[in-house]
Amino acid sequence: MKLLVRGGKVIDPANDFCQVADILIDSGKISAVGQNLKANGAEVIDAKNKLVLPGLIDMHVHLREPGLEAKETIASGTRAAARGGFTSVACMPNTKPVVDNQALVEFINSRAASDGVVNVFPIGAITKGSAGSELAEIGDMKSAGAVAISDDGRPVMNAQVMRLAMEYAKMFNLPVISHCEDIDLAANGVMHEGYFSTVFGLKGISRLAEEVMVARDIMLAELTGTKVHIAHISTAGSVELVRMAKKKGLNVTAEATPHHFTLTAEAVGGYDTGTKVNPPLRGADDIRAVKEGLGDGTIDVIATDHAPHTVEEKDVEYNYAPFGIVGLETAVGLAFKELVNPGFLTVEELVRKMSVNPARILGLPKGRLGVGADADITIVDPGLREVVDVQRFASKGKNSPFGGWELKGLPTVVIVGGRVVMQDREVV
Amino acid sequence: MGLSRKDLLGIQELSVEEIQLILDTAEPMKDIIRRQIKKVPTLRGKALINLFYEPSTRTRTSFELAGKYMSADTINISTSTSSAVKGETLKDTAKTLEVMGADVVIIRHGAAGAPHILSKHLSASVINAGDGFHEHPTQALLDMYTIREKKGQIRGLKVAIVGDILHSRVARSNIWGLTKMGAEVRVIGPSTLLPPGIAELGVTPFTSLEEGLPGADVIIVLRVQLERQQKGLFPTIREYARLFGVTAERVGMAKPDVLIMHPGPMNRGVEIAPEVADGVHSVINEQVTNGVAVRMALLYLLAGGGGPHEAIG
Repeated sequence: MKLLVRGGKVIDPANDFCQVADILIDSGKISAVGQNLKANGAEVIDAKNKLVLPGLIDMHVHLREPGLEAKETIASGTRAAARGGFTSVACMPNTKPVVDNQALVEFINSRAASDGVVNVFPIGAITKGSAGSELAEIGDMKSAGAVAISDDGRPVMNAQVMRLAMEYAKMFNLPVISHCEDIDLAANGVMHEGYFSTVFGLKGISRLAEEVMVARDIMLAELTGTKVHIAHISTAGSVELVRMAKKKGLNVTAEATPHHFTLTAEAVGGYDTGTKVNPPLRGADDIRAVKEGLGDGTIDVIATDHAPHTVEEKDVEYNYAPFGIVGLETAVGLAFKELVNPGFLTVEELVRKMSVNPARILGLPKGRLGVGADADITIVDPGLREVVDVQRFASKGKNSPFGGWELKGLPTVVIVGGRVVMQDREVV
Repeated sequence: MGLSRKDLLGIQELSVEEIQLILDTAEPMKDIIRRQIKKVPTLRGKALINLFYEPSTRTRTSFELAGKYMSADTINISTSTSSAVKGETLKDTAKTLEVMGADVVIIRHGAAGAPHILSKHLSASVINAGDGFHEHPTQALLDMYTIREKKGQIRGLKVAIVGDILHSRVARSNIWGLTKMGAEVRVIGPSTLLPPGIAELGVTPFTSLEEGLPGADVIIVLRVQLERQQKGLFPTIREYARLFGVTAERVGMAKPDVLIMHPGPMNRGVEIAPEVADGVHSVINEQVTNGVAVRMALLYLLAGGGGPHEAIG
């Protein structure tokens, strides 16, 4: 099975390669990169005027399986990933039951092999049941293929437990991904605390709820020397804390989501529960800081925190709706709209945030296009426009605040391991 | 002409003209309440549903009487169960009321934005009778009506709102309404009960009555909930009363003809001293009467469709 991706602009920052070229794929690997490659019976994909990128990697998604299949499954979630231009996803362990042991990591791997259309890398829990008290069997999970540990959605409130988790994870060179939220400071809030929470009469979540935990985990990272990755940072203060940590040379990385660099708390007006997300949509100053952080390298990764829920769960009073936005199928378009087209990031920098850096942080042999690399390729048409229609999402989750938005710059072909899994905006 | 809107979800979205129309229409309504036979046929054949997810005596009764005085058929649905816990969702409730043919649905709900959900799924008019900490528009309308009636106008008055501003929908609706109508609004309360960004709503915040009350034409005292103390927002009811209780002595710092208002129910001896509640400045009972008149006006303008002079049948 051979493929020839012909005539696209290949952007491969890991190999410092950026020019119009052909890519030949054979048996799931890249066998040649160069000019005027001969097809020799290979199926040809015309990539003229398109961007040919190393397959995008979303290191923060919720696939909901096992246990929460009404929201999403590995089958539907990986199809959403493919439609969104991703060739790999790392899935969070807050399923039912929580992925806190080897058997569950193996379950995800086997289900991904049978049902998935993109690569799935499981993230194990930090503590048993993500209850925040006893360490999960981190070594076993690593052996089974877990690429990181996280109690995402349920922050580890006990600093001593987090310290021990970091020390322990370091033995296995596993990154610890921290969902930074002080539950007491968050105080059952449902949106960003500020003018708009006052006007809408909703309980606010202060920036500090995030920032004190970012500060704590940076200090623990300094103490333990463990690789710490701060998930979904949303405030100017968090960006500044990570910037300081990097200046100190600490092993700290961070990610931001498309919704946090696109929308402010003002979007909550009208009580659309599609805007209810944790951390909450913040202020205009925070968006500016997140964009600057992406621009100057403080924020290493763009990840979606894809969090599908059923229509029934979301179609209720704002206070009662679960937190979460589906992000896989709008991420690339929003990144072009908010970051690339206005000049915050070049396409090459975007590829670092969405492929090279996530691969490096998780230790995946991906994020590059040279000869011998896995044939995971995302082809983007920078001129393609589309109005977001949530009903067309491959994800079961339709909880997006971006329905009706026109996006420009969208993936048109996704190749995973040499196989075309998405073509012309539809999963093959 | 009536209001050119289907619903009343908040004062925030009302124009000055709309507020004036409602207040003007309430004047002839108040005459009806004073009559021997308090009944006009204006809303005959209209179905009014009071959908209350939170306990309420005065607001519910006020809406019910307002409807009955105007010959509407009024039904009360009271439920303490939230849709999240059990029972049907608010959306399904809305659809049910829709197909039963409700003309006006009045909703009180603990979650901000609940009336907006109803509004989206109902062709009937929706009136917000209080949603979470968001708005309680009819309370603000009756407060403005009372102030206008007593003071002749609202423009230029200094109005102090005292108490738990953070959790108060009454405060928010009054802030929108009074500032639109040209009053100067101050909010006074412990710093833990003043919401962030409140000054951006065009009010001046104070954390002491001694600073905030001098020169006030109107003092609106808010009910303080015991539950807030339990959540640690202030140390004790006793200290709250000492620092923020509106006493006769403190009323003396305001203008000599100051109006004392309270949306009820009162905690006498906590946020308001008994002698103030029952004193010469108090218009607390008249607020209740005006509440019926204002709600009649609103029902008429939303469901009846006429203007202030055609209102009396």
